[in-house]
Amino acid sequence: MELTFYIAAAIATAATFMVIVSVNAVHALLYLIVSFLAVATIFFVLGAPFAAALEVIVYAGAIVVLFVFVAMMLNVTEDVKREKRWLGLKAWIGPCLLAGLLLAAILRALLAGDFSTAGTGGVESKAVGIALYGPYVLVVELASMLLLAGFIGAYHLGRREREEERF
Amino acid sequence: MEVAAIPLEHSLLLAAVLFSLGLLGVLLRRNLIFVLISIEIMLNSAGLAFVAAGARWGGPDGQIMFILILTVAAANVSVGLALVLQMYRFVRGLDIDKLNELSG
Repeated sequence: MELTFYIAAAIATAATFMVIVSVNAVHALLYLIVSFLAVATIFFVLGAPFAAALEVIVYAGAIVVLFVFVAMMLNVTEDVKREKRWLGLKAWIGPCLLAGLLLAAILRALLAGDFSTAGTGGVESKAVGIALYGPYVLVVELASMLLLAGFIGAYHLGRREREEERF
Repeated sequence: MEVAAIPLEHSLLLAAVLFSLGLLGVLLRRNLIFVLISIEIMLNSAGLAFVAAGARWGGPDGQIMFILILTVAAANVSVGLALVLQMYRFVRGLDIDKLNELSG
């Protein structure tokens, strides 16, 4: 099980790296699915099977399918050509330094603390459900309001408006 | 249920690496779809940190926060992709450098 964790971690890192460097959006989305599946494997290894199932269903299923729809609906070949030219080595250095600095800061803070492994037996989905509808019921209400707002916002923004009533 | 004894710091290290990669994508890419994908990567790594911490203490709280993050990601991506469609409709492209009309 430990080996599974490290293999999945390596796959997730490599796939995420390929997502941000690939030029074609559909290729990036395929790598993104691999990355999400690797993270779901990590959840399962960590003893959170409910989170692993949600990761596969919602992230690798619903969210990536939305991305694939939009990437295939909009044909963006001229932007791809332009961005390929733009993504030279000079463009990489600054953001790489910034992200590397952030990573170094987080790693320094993490490695300074001391952690120990706890031999817990994992968290079953029943415990998650009981906690979700017990002390955390406000979170459910909050999530429902958030999804409603997202739904209305997406409908309003995605509506094809007539010229005279554009704001 | 058999659970591997992974040190918490290894999970948090992975979450940090994934978050940095997502941040790199946001800073680097000029395509709006890739910026949205990178934001999703960052949200996912935050969820990974929550689940790892919840697994460390054996409580369901981390997974509940993960579910909340999942909801935020879903709302985020639906509104964001609607904005992508609007942008494509107005400027005929997804390059965020085309959206510099305010700078004159």
